[in-house]
Amino acid sequence: MENFNYHRPATVNAAAALLKKSKDGSYMAGGHTLLPTMKQGLAKPTDIIDLSAIKGFSGIAVSKSAVVIKAGTTHMEVATSAAVKKAIPALWEMAGKIGGVHVRNRGTIGGSIANSDPAADYPSACVGLGATIITDKRKIAADAFFTGMFQTALKAGEIITAVSFPIPKKSSHMKFPNPASRYALTGVFVSQDSAGKVRVAVTGAGPKVFRIADMEAALSKDFAASALNGIQVKAKGLNSDMHATAEYRAHLIGVLARRAVAAAK
Amino acid sequence: MSAISMKVNGKAVCGEVESRTLLVDFIRTNLGLTGTHVGCDTSQCGACVVHIGGKAVKSCTTLAVACEGADVTTIEGISKNGALHPMQQAFHEQHGLQCGFCTPGMIMASIDIVKRNGKKVSEEVIRRELSGNICRCTGYHNIVVAVQSAAEKM
Amino acid sequence: MTDTGIGARVLRKEDKRFITGKGQYTDDINLPHQTYAYFVRSPHAHATIKSINTAKAKKMPGVVDVFTSKEVEEDKIGGLICGWLIHSKDGSPMKAGPHPILASGKVRFVGDQVAVVIAETRAQARAAAEAVSVSYGVLPHNVDAAQAMKTKAQVHDVAADNRVYNWSIGDQAATDAAFKTAVHVTKMDLINNRLIPNAMETRAAIGSYDTGSDHYTLYTTSQNPHVARLVISAFHGLAPEHKLRVIAPDVGGGFGSKIFIYGEEVTCVWASKRIGGRPVKWTADRSEAFLSDAHGRDHVSHAELAMDAAGKIIGLKVHTIASMGAYLSTFSSCVPTYLYATLLSGQYNIPNIYAEVDAVYTNTAPVDAYRGAGRPEATYLLERIVETAARELKMDPVEFRRKNFITSFPHQTPVIFCYDAGDYGAALDKALELSDYKNFASRKAASARNGKLRGVGFSAYIEACGIAPSAAVGSLGAGVGLWESAEVRVNAVGTVEVLTGSHSHGQGHETTFAQLVSEKLGVDINNVAIVHGDTDKVQMGMGTYGSRSGAVGMTAISKALDKIEAKAKRVAAAVMEASVDDVDFKDGTFTVKGTDKKMAFGEVALASYVGHKFNSSEIEIGLKETSFHDPSNFVFPAGVHICEVEVDADTGLTKIASYTAVDDFGTIINPMIVEGQVQGGVAQGIGQALIEGAHYDRESGQLSTGSYMDYNMPRAANMPHIENFKLGFTVTKCPSNPLGMKGCGEAGAIAAPPAVINAITDAIGVRDIAMPATPLTVWQAMQPMKRAAE
Repeated sequence: MENFNYHRPATVNAAAALLKKSKDGSYMAGGHTLLPTMKQGLAKPTDIIDLSAIKGFSGIAVSKSAVVIKAGTTHMEVATSAAVKKAIPALWEMAGKIGGVHVRNRGTIGGSIANSDPAADYPSACVGLGATIITDKRKIAADAFFTGMFQTALKAGEIITAVSFPIPKKSSHMKFPNPASRYALTGVFVSQDSAGKVRVAVTGAGPKVFRIADMEAALSKDFAASALNGIQVKAKGLNSDMHATAEYRAHLIGVLARRAVAAAK
Repeated sequence: MSAISMKVNGKAVCGEVESRTLLVDFIRTNLGLTGTHVGCDTSQCGACVVHIGGKAVKSCTTLAVACEGADVTTIEGISKNGALHPMQQAFHEQHGLQCGFCTPGMIMASIDIVKRNGKKVSEEVIRRELSGNICRCTGYHNIVVAVQSAAEKM
Repeated sequence: MTDTGIGARVLRKEDKRFITGKGQYTDDINLPHQTYAYFVRSPHAHATIKSINTAKAKKMPGVVDVFTSKEVEEDKIGGLICGWLIHSKDGSPMKAGPHPILASGKVRFVGDQVAVVIAETRAQARAAAEAVSVSYGVLPHNVDAAQAMKTKAQVHDVAADNRVYNWSIGDQAATDAAFKTAVHVTKMDLINNRLIPNAMETRAAIGSYDTGSDHYTLYTTSQNPHVARLVISAFHGLAPEHKLRVIAPDVGGGFGSKIFIYGEEVTCVWASKRIGGRPVKWTADRSEAFLSDAHGRDHVSHAELAMDAAGKIIGLKVHTIASMGAYLSTFSSCVPTYLYATLLSGQYNIPNIYAEVDAVYTNTAPVDAYRGAGRPEATYLLERIVETAARELKMDPVEFRRKNFITSFPHQTPVIFCYDAGDYGAALDKALELSDYKNFASRKAASARNGKLRGVGFSAYIEACGIAPSAAVGSLGAGVGLWESAEVRVNAVGTVEVLTGSHSHGQGHETTFAQLVSEKLGVDINNVAIVHGDTDKVQMGMGTYGSRSGAVGMTAISKALDKIEAKAKRVAAAVMEASVDDVDFKDGTFTVKGTDKKMAFGEVALASYVGHKFNSSEIEIGLKETSFHDPSNFVFPAGVHICEVEVDADTGLTKIASYTAVDDFGTIINPMIVEGQVQGGVAQGIGQALIEGAHYDRESGQLSTGSYMDYNMPRAANMPHIENFKLGFTVTKCPSNPLGMKGCGEAGAIAAPPAVINAITDAIGVRDIAMPATPLTVWQAMQPMKRAAE
């Protein structure tokens, strides 16, 4: 791993200023994506701006209509929050399935989302619940946030500060982990809002998180697993690797979506 | 190089490290506490697990400089006054180790698991929560038995 | 016996240092003024080395020196050797290509080491390694065993068709004749997937040269430090044995991968002298371990099994292509021959067997012994084809096996081995009972109600371990003898030190060996120290692999203990003024028949050192004995494992619903440790069957499974639940050693893969499925049936 300048600012503004000043700086939250990438020599930032000491950067607030999770909140904090469990049990469950104990103790929601790993879990919750990503500059709808593999709508230096998840009527998350990495080989997040509108978001199967319009339309009419019968997910464009072919992933999306709908609460 | 200071196993320690120095290297090289191991380079095996502020973390995926002021506990720091921690005792009594290399990380992770899940932690939960710790010797059977046994005593 | 003797469930003496973080593994050791080595590795599967430019690297901060094959050749450091000479069936010797410690002229697999950088810190060495510029001329490559004899990619000049040897065993004519009389022949093509051992501690070494005494020391992660010393001395020519000390301290698992002598370790000890005596330390990254540790398995086989009208097996024909990788590793050549084809009779009375093995070079990491070594490959092939034959004959697989079991001993197979003892039916019966086989149908129905497909699979395995006797293995091509040594030193206060040539890297020798001493001398195990892993302390030894430390290593200790007892009796007799013949020894006390005279073992030990009460011209002072034990036969552990799986037909995910292992290991010293060995072995076997597989990309020759991101390691959740993992033992004592011991280290890894695959094929109703049966593979295997059903 190449050496770098290390900064630990106390405010978001200071962090943004440090990044701007650096030659090729990078923000770091829990470091569980950045540091492994740097160890492999795949990233060589000149500066690391550690966001973990920013005051008020973590915490969970649950209102009647939304769960707002600040960017520096760890997966473990979400996975052990009784308030999240009550408001959006699927989100609570999903956070408990990310990585192992040690990953959950350090990995943060902001870091996960900013990275837009195609196999990460949080992007499916964001898109599957129609969340809003809040940054130091603006609010971005989750649908517009994840723009590609490891790519987001974040502008240079922009910092995620929180994610707001609207509380659905029902939701559910199903994950089929990669047997080696434990990332999602395919994961499906399903939600139904109070108006009956349904979202089906898929992670792990494509270059980025995506929704399946056919399924959403069918489920908006009839929120039952049987409503998905006959809907074939196309393999074209899905990821194919030694762990899963595109055809298999397409098939898994159908299986997981049906199971998610059946389990939604 | 930056000067850092933190508490390790209850004692104040300090040292000079590069920004890139990982916590595991600081612990092993600067402090000579070699019970914390490195088993992989992709943050997946769990041999390097220590506690920071009582929570299990991978010391191979944590910068030493980021631990300024932190309260770190390693495998060397969990016995108190010569008495083994119940988790150590259980690994011994249930034959939860063979070569011993993954053991420190396994024990540190298991303590976190039991602390969060309580005395009645189920086998299912233990197995799921140990997904970030790899053992090649034991087949995990006796590790799971040990964690359950320790849970009752912790 | 004492309560810490043979058969006692004694907690391990070695545990304390491991659970408190006080173990001393090689990377935990630091020597004053040490430097760090980092290896430059080939990014190509096959290429000529046109030039290496080290000038830039040598100028980098902290760099002490950079070495390539040029310096190796200057110092006339010999190449790595393969210690077992196999002859082809035409009588020609195997074709061993050169294997220098740093690649010379050519690289032959991705990860082949090309140069080494020595620097003040590890980071500096690594940075400078990136600055070493190597110009390669890329050559065609082949990573596939099945293609090796057809490809244009010639790995070594000595082997035009990449064939190392074409070896055979058994009587071809008699087997062909038997097949002509067959009523049914079952034919299968089977692949034994390549595995990466993945001991959790990666390989590491510290080489140190003392300029004052012209003496070398090597700390290394070895299962057999004496063999390392012998090879480094005799073949690499670095130093004579008395000038080289090899220390293998705590070693974090081996599974075979740390038996072998590798270029990196030799380089460290050589380079230390080259840089003027500063120690050179190297610790492999896990990524390096994936690329450069010897892999296991990688067989492509065709097998045919012939049956008569009564369902009796009358013949077996096998052809196997075994990948050796790019070089012949230390024991590689004997794995697909004498450790594989000699086991093809399994537990069955098969009158005619003929097997032919083509060992081939491929542009992959060397393949050598990995837990079980050859025996898992044999068992997989045989137990898959036996199960399939039973299904084709519409016979119960249990009864088909039983019908063909060997039932009288000794039994001479057509493939060299003479099985000395066993009771295969007893193990089968016990396994059926423990697994509640009679109620399988109701469990299958219950699974079906939950939408799951349940299947059951059997595996009746035999293994041969404690490879021996030395004269026999020598006649088959082994370069070493396969005995073991022991030295027992009784201290004046009656405590005991045992110096053994066996090496413990998880097996618990410090406990089990002490139990043997406790049993025989009546000494508390806490008064026994087991010393191993240091060539300056233990005179000579052959190390630990092939489940040999009990049957061979402990027998050597047992013999030395017998000598101690005999000597101590003479001392006791003299002290108690009795005839030696009248002295009895039991539970640590010497008594004189017909009197109340007695002496504790400790008193006799003291008496033997003070020498006040006997004539030292008749009885030598002291109490120390040695023994070298060369076994008269292999030992033959055997057993029956039964696996039940539940397959999720929607996703192809297989869960091990239950696993039952019944093993006959002969006399068991410590049941707790033996159970641990079985559980660990089964986990590796389940890993091979369900998720593990090393994969090289055909196009690029790169290792696609080069980290834990892609190589599937078994985790806690992959294993059956506690109440569903049942172990049982049957006991037939091994007649070829006085303790009646067999070996238990490899059983699980040998037995489990066919048990699991037999269960999956039973569950989903296919004839065969490739390992690893990942969710993808199982799902794909089920597609034709689903289409047919639609």
